[in-house]
Formats: sequence, C-alpha cells, structure tokens
Amino acid sequence: MPKLKLEARSQPSQMWSYASPLLALACTVAIGVLLFALLGKDPVKGLQVFFWEPVKTGYAVGELVVKATPLLLIALGLAVSFRSNVWNIGAEGQYILGAIGASGVALMANPATGSWIVVPVLLAGVLAGLFWAGLTAFLRDRFNANEILVSLMLVYVAVQVLNFMVFGPWKDPHGYNFPQTKTFEVVTRIPRLFAGSRVSIGIIFALVGVVLVWVFFFRTRSGFAQQVGGLAPAASRYAGFSSRRALWTALLISGGLAGLAGALEVAGPIGQLTPYVPAGYGFAAIIVAYVGRLHPVGMVFSALLMSMFYIGGELAQSRLGLPKSLTGVFQGLLLFSLLACDMLVNYRLRWIALGVGK
Amino acid sequence: MTTPRLELKGITKAFPDVVANSDVSLTVMPGETHAVLGENGAGKSTLMKVIYGSLMPDAGQILLNGQVMRIRNPKEARANGIGMVFQHFNLFDTMTVAENVWLGLARTSLEQVTASIVAKATEYGLDIDPRRAVHTLSVGERQRVEIIRALLTRPELLILDEPTSVLTPQAVEKLFLVLRKLASEGCSILYISHKLHEIRELCTACTVLRAGKVTGVCNPKEESNASLSRMMIGAEPPLLEHHECQAGSTTMVVRNLSLERDDQFGVDLQEINLSVCAGEIVGIAGVSGNGQKELLYALSGEDTRSPHGSIRIGEVDVSALDPGERRRMGLHFVPEERLGRGAVPTLSLAQNLLLTRTESISIPRCAGGWIRVKALANHAERLIDRFHIKAGGPNSVARSLSGGNLQKYIVAREIDANPKLLIVSQPTWGVDVGAAAQIRGEILRLRDEGCAVLVVSEELDELFEVCDRMYVIARGKLSPSIPIAEATVEKIGEWMSGLWDRSVPGEARHA
Ligand SMILES: Nc1ncnc2c1ncn2[C@@H]1O[C@H](COP(=O)(O)OP(=O)(O)OP(=O)(O)O)[C@@H](O)[C@H]1O
Ligand SMILES: [Mg+2]
Repeated sequence: MPKLKLEARSQPSQMWSYASPLLALACTVAIGVLLFALLGKDPVKGLQVFFWEPVKTGYAVGELVVKATPLLLIALGLAVSFRSNVWNIGAEGQYILGAIGASGVALMANPATGSWIVVPVLLAGVLAGLFWAGLTAFLRDRFNANEILVSLMLVYVAVQVLNFMVFGPWKDPHGYNFPQTKTFEVVTRIPRLFAGSRVSIGIIFALVGVVLVWVFFFRTRSGFAQQVGGLAPAASRYAGFSSRRALWTALLISGGLAGLAGALEVAGPIGQLTPYVPAGYGFAAIIVAYVGRLHPVGMVFSALLMSMFYIGGELAQSRLGLPKSLTGVFQGLLLFSLLACDMLVNYRLRWIALGVGK
Repeated sequence: MTTPRLELKGITKAFPDVVANSDVSLTVMPGETHAVLGENGAGKSTLMKVIYGSLMPDAGQILLNGQVMRIRNPKEARANGIGMVFQHFNLFDTMTVAENVWLGLARTSLEQVTASIVAKATEYGLDIDPRRAVHTLSVGERQRVEIIRALLTRPELLILDEPTSVLTPQAVEKLFLVLRKLASEGCSILYISHKLHEIRELCTACTVLRAGKVTGVCNPKEESNASLSRMMIGAEPPLLEHHECQAGSTTMVVRNLSLERDDQFGVDLQEINLSVCAGEIVGIAGVSGNGQKELLYALSGEDTRSPHGSIRIGEVDVSALDPGERRRMGLHFVPEERLGRGAVPTLSLAQNLLLTRTESISIPRCAGGWIRVKALANHAERLIDRFHIKAGGPNSVARSLSGGNLQKYIVAREIDANPKLLIVSQPTWGVDVGAAAQIRGEILRLRDEGCAVLVVSEELDELFEVCDRMYVIARGKLSPSIPIAEATVEKIGEWMSGLWDRSVPGEARHA
C-alpha cells in the first residue's frame, strides 16, 4: 500500500516563505466559497460580505480600523514574546485586566472632571495588563512554571475577576440589575480622530507601536538579545544575554500592550464594563502575529484581514442569516492554511510505495 | 576492469552567491579510500551532500556501481548503500544516543537499536553509552555517535566529512583501524580532511578541489605535503615566527575550582589550579569528555556556580560574573561549537558580531543600545577581508558558510577584539592548512602584544607548536603545568590517562 510521507526540503525557497501568507489567504477564500455553496448561499454574495462590504464606504473602513486596532496592539506584544521563545498565549486575560483597570479609573470620574482623565484611564489599563503578565513571568522565573499553561489559566481567572466586578461592587445601581457598570462619563471617552467615524487615537498608538517594535527588533541591542534567546539559547548564554531579563521584557511588553488595548476598548467603542468585553481579541491576535510573520509591518496587514473577518461574520449574520461563528471558522481556516503552506515550504509530500522490492 | 563503485560526471551546484561545484568529476573504486582535499570553501562538503542526496545538483550525473542514479534524499542514499558522517552533526540534543540512531531506521525496536549500537561500538572500539542524552556529549563523543549510526546501515560507500578534526591521535588511530577494516571488506570510503599526513597514511587516491573545480587527481602516497598544499591553496603554508615568550604578570588565576557536574553524564571538576600570564600561551591537552567542556563553561561565565574567589582576572574575583561582564574585563572566548553557540545559524555574519562585540553600538550600556547598521556591516566586511574568509558578504547567514570559514570568522571576531585574555577551544578545528597557519600566527601575535592566551585542544601537534606551557586534563582533574621544552608526546600521552601523580615525584627526584 502506498503511503504519503513528508520529507524535509534541503533548501526552502525564500520567495515562497514570504508568499505563503498570500497563498494561505487564497486557500481560505477557496474553502470559504465551498462552504457558502454547501450552506446553500450564493458564494459571490458571501465573499462580497467578507471582502467587499468592509471596505465599501469610508465609514466601513473606519469600522475595519476600529477592530484592527486592538488586534494590532496585542499582536505587536505577542510578536516580541514569540520571537523570544516566550509563549504568552494569555493575552486575552491581560486584555481583560486592562479593561478592568481602565474602568476602575473611569468610574471615579464625574461630569466636571477634565479631559486629562483619559491619561490615567489608559495608564491604569497598561499597568493592570503588566501586572497580569507579570504574574506569569514571576511564576516562570521563580518556580519554572510553564508559561503557556499559566498564562492560559490566568485568562479564566481574569474572566472571573471581571464577572465578580460587574455582578458585584461595580454593578450599575440604576441598571435594572444588568451585570454591567454604568456608562462612563463622556470626559473619559478616548478622543476620536474624525467626526462621523469611530476611529480613535488608539490607531495612532498602534502605528507608533509598529514603529517602536520595528526599532526594538532591528535597531537595538536589547531587541537583538531578545531574539537571540529565541533563535539559539546556547549562543545567547555564550553572549551573556540574560534569559531572565528576556522573559520579563517579553511578558511585560506584551502584557502592557494587551492592557492598553483593553483600556482603549472599554473607554472607547464600548463605553462601559460588561461581561462581553472579552471578544477573543487576545486569541485572534496570535493568528494575526503569525500570519504577519511576527514582523511589525506584516502584522498591520494581518490585523486588517482579521478585522475583516470579524466584520464579515457580523454582516453574514445580519444579511445572509448565517451564524456569527463564521468569523471563527474563517480565522481558523486562515491559520490552518498558513500552517499547511508553511509546512509545504519546508517539506515536500511524497508517495512512498511500501512492500515493493523487498 | 571492475566497474567503479561511484562515478561523478560534471557535477555542478551553484548557490546564490557562489558556484560551489563546477563540472566536478570523480571516480571511486570498490574498496578504495579516496581523499577529497581542498581549502576552506572549496566545495567539498557541498559535493558530498550532493552524493548523499541532501542537495540536488544543478547539472551532472551520479553513477553508482555503473548505474545512473537520481538520489533525491538521504533516505534513498542509505537505501543504496551510501552512509555519511556530516561535518556539522545532525543529532537532536534532547534525545538519547539510541533514540537519535533509531530515528533513521525503519521498523526496529529501541531495544534492538541499543543492542546493535553496543555491538558495533565494541566491534570497532568506539566507546559510547547509548542511553546518554546527546546534549551531555562532547563534540568528539557526538562524532562517535554519527560514525556508529553510519556503520549500522552497512554501507558500500561511506562518506566522512572531516571526521578526525575533533579526535585525539589515539582515537584517530582507532578510527583508521575501523576504516581499513571496512575497506578490506570492500567498502569504498570518501574521506575529507585538512590533515595531509592522515590522507597520506590512509588514502590511495585523492581528488583536489579548488574554488569548486577539480585541480588535480593524484596518489597522495607519492606526493609531499608541499606539493599537496600547492595543489590545494596554490602555495605552501607560511612558517610561523616564534619569538621568545616574555611572560608578564598573571592575568587569570584559578584556585581550587571544584564544580559538581550539572547533568548526570558530565564530569565533576576537582580542585583545578591554573594560571595564565600576560604574554604567554598556555595549552590544555586531553581527550574530549574529560572536563574540558565544564571547565570552559566555568571560565567563560556561562556557568556561574563556581565557588567565591575560585576564578580571578587580575585582582578581581569574577566567579559570579556573567559572560558579558567578564568580556568587559577583557576575556574573550571561542567555544568549540560554532553553530548554535559561537554563532546563530540563521543570522547574518554582521548580526553575529553583536554577540560579543559592541563597537558598532552607540550608548551600549543604556537605552537598549542603538545598533549602527552601516558600521556593523563595515566591521564584518573588515574581518572578512583581514582573515580571507570566503563568504557572500556581511549579510550572508552564518549557516551558509563552509565549516572552516565560519570557524575562521568566529576566531577572527574574538581576536579582533584585542582581548586581555583569550580562551580558545579547538582554534583550528576544520580549517585548511593555510588558514590554520594564519590563525596560529594571529594567536602568536596577540601573545607578543601581551595578551594571555589559553588554548584547549585535542591536537597535540598544535599545542606543541604554539604553547609556552601546558596542562593536561583527565577525568576532571588538571595536571601541574609543564614548560613546553620539557614536554614530550610520550609524557603528555601518559598524563592524558591521569598518571601525572606518579611522574611528578619522579621528577622531583631528578631535581
Ligand atoms: N546553503 C548555502 N547557501 C549559500 N552558500 C553556501 C551554502 N552552503 C555552502 N555554501 C557556499 O558554498 C561554498 C562551498 O562550501 P562547502 O561547505 O562545500 O566548502 P568546504 O570545501 O566543505 O569547506 P570547509 O573545508 O571549510 O568545510 C562556500 O563558499 C559556501 O559559502
Ligand atoms: Mg566542509
């Protein structure tokens, strides 16, 4: 019986390793078309909803950017982690803590407070995110606990903290018992960039973040040291780069950025703390980071793409009557296609005839 | 006339920057031990990888026992009776010896593999414990694993890419016995080495490569070192200039350094006493796996468990300092593993400078240290020029360099730092005769400028050539030092088995 086997390629093609995200996107689209057809919907309409509607009007593009902002911020931090071999997959938890921290400050404001309050709101988000990621760093550093498990578990703890706050101390007394805080004062709102669009200064933070992370990776010695720790631990030890420092740096940067994303979200588009704050951005950002090849500029594009999937999923629900979970399906398809394409960049498939010759 | 075991016709293989093999033809008869000779970067390893199927030739034919073959991967090569020991080993660090060997074999149990490893090992006198994890092995031991792995497939053609660069003379003798036995059983051997005397001793035919082309085919037994060198590098290696050693003040002192192994199969260091003075070259001889690895980790600062006060540079106790801090005090170190420790394989030569050099960094101690990319590339370029390193340029990734050229680059990086104390492990491992002379020359020059140098090597010839004083390490203990004038090969050989305690009082009696 012939058997399918994977064989390492001796020289993976440079060109294809860059083209593989595009190929993955093409595969995703192709499978998407098939999926729509199977669901009995017009595939052209389906694709339109995912890839054309979100960029049709200025307002739609704005919405795309609004969703891409937290994804990009979180993915930037994750890229720092992943490039240093620190597997922080709990960005969702750090994002939730950021939202809680920011809400704590925002709830203290009253209508007479100045607009300076936005600064402490954001700072509180960053600090809360730092703290949450810092727990993982501490446990790893002190007890050599596995950071994958710890950071993931802390996501569920974060969700419980959030629930406790909105069902308990922070519940809006005039909110008909809904588990949510009161709507934040207008002064705490993250300033918007244009009238008629929800795009806020958050996108500026994200783009500045892109530049800073690029500089960190490719122009600073500490960024270099950080990556050597991921590429060749023995070389990093030989050079005298501290692995503890790399661990803390990676987790604090990714925690801080995830916290910032959480703060921008509650004090921006959402405007209050609710149990629906965790929207899976922290997990989707893992896909954003990998599809963007852990490169700051690449992640700008992949964040926009993922944001498209979010919006497409919502539109598919309202326009085509399809479940919103289609978003997740598309995200998953993209990640798996990318993994498959990467695999084929590095390996080739071959049929091996067994039982022949002997 | 018998058909040749292997015939290559017009093999050509180009990489983006260089043509590594151009129209190479070569014939190996059954039972013949055939040497492939050539300077660093001549294309020897590339040619062997083509034969073994891990690289695809751009043009040319491979004939095995008279039949045209297309060898698409190492597995097909093995199925056709070709075995290979690579210059850079292909072992998984976290797995045991037996598991590593097991990976390449289909349909046998781990127990069977373990048993056959032990059988092969005893048959050929290659001492190895199959249950040990590979990361605990020294480079020399890893090579034994590779050799055993290749022998297990009972090859008709065995390719050995610089197998002896890390072996002691005794181990080389043993290996030669193995190879002669294999050859007498009809196995053909392709043998790469930079050591001409080995080639003359072992091989009956020789193909010389230079810049990817065949420049000569000869019988090495009829050639002299000089004529082989001329074919290989176009000249004879320069002779070293030796000045009288003028030892100055003590640069590094190691006092009663005892260190427990940090893995099960390591070696405990016991009461190591060692000193190196400015302006002298001190050697440490010994069979690999006798504590060299552990001692070097402790000296470089990669292992900071050393007891307080046990290691001093000048007057300063450095036992708790990390490698970066020791480097700032003038200690530079060349480790024996070049890929993965001395250099990051996937980063460029320029980026690899940043591991130990800070000249191209503004404000190195704060603000993360800004990398001046232009200056960095220029720096790498200067090293490439000064040490005649064959590489595409500062942006070539370390992995793409030939073994000898990467070794040269790492040595160059550390020598160029003008260290106060230079520690080198296997300085000329895998470099050609010309480059070896150059590296030794640079080390001597550093010494004459007042640098203290500690050379750890398994190659006695090399130690005798450059050192002023010598220690021997055996089973984690260090012998007393002996001036080079009083050292003889016999004596050092005896010390290598740990027997200096007996000969030292003997000497005292003479005095
Ligand atoms: N993967 C690669 N990509 C680009 N260039 C390569 C690659 N592998 C080898 N080369 C280049 O091909 C040339 C020949 O390399 P090769 O490893 O065959 O030399 P060698 O004769 O084995 O030298 P050494 O004695 O130093 O081991 C070198 O210039 C090297 O830089
Ligand atoms: Mg080679």
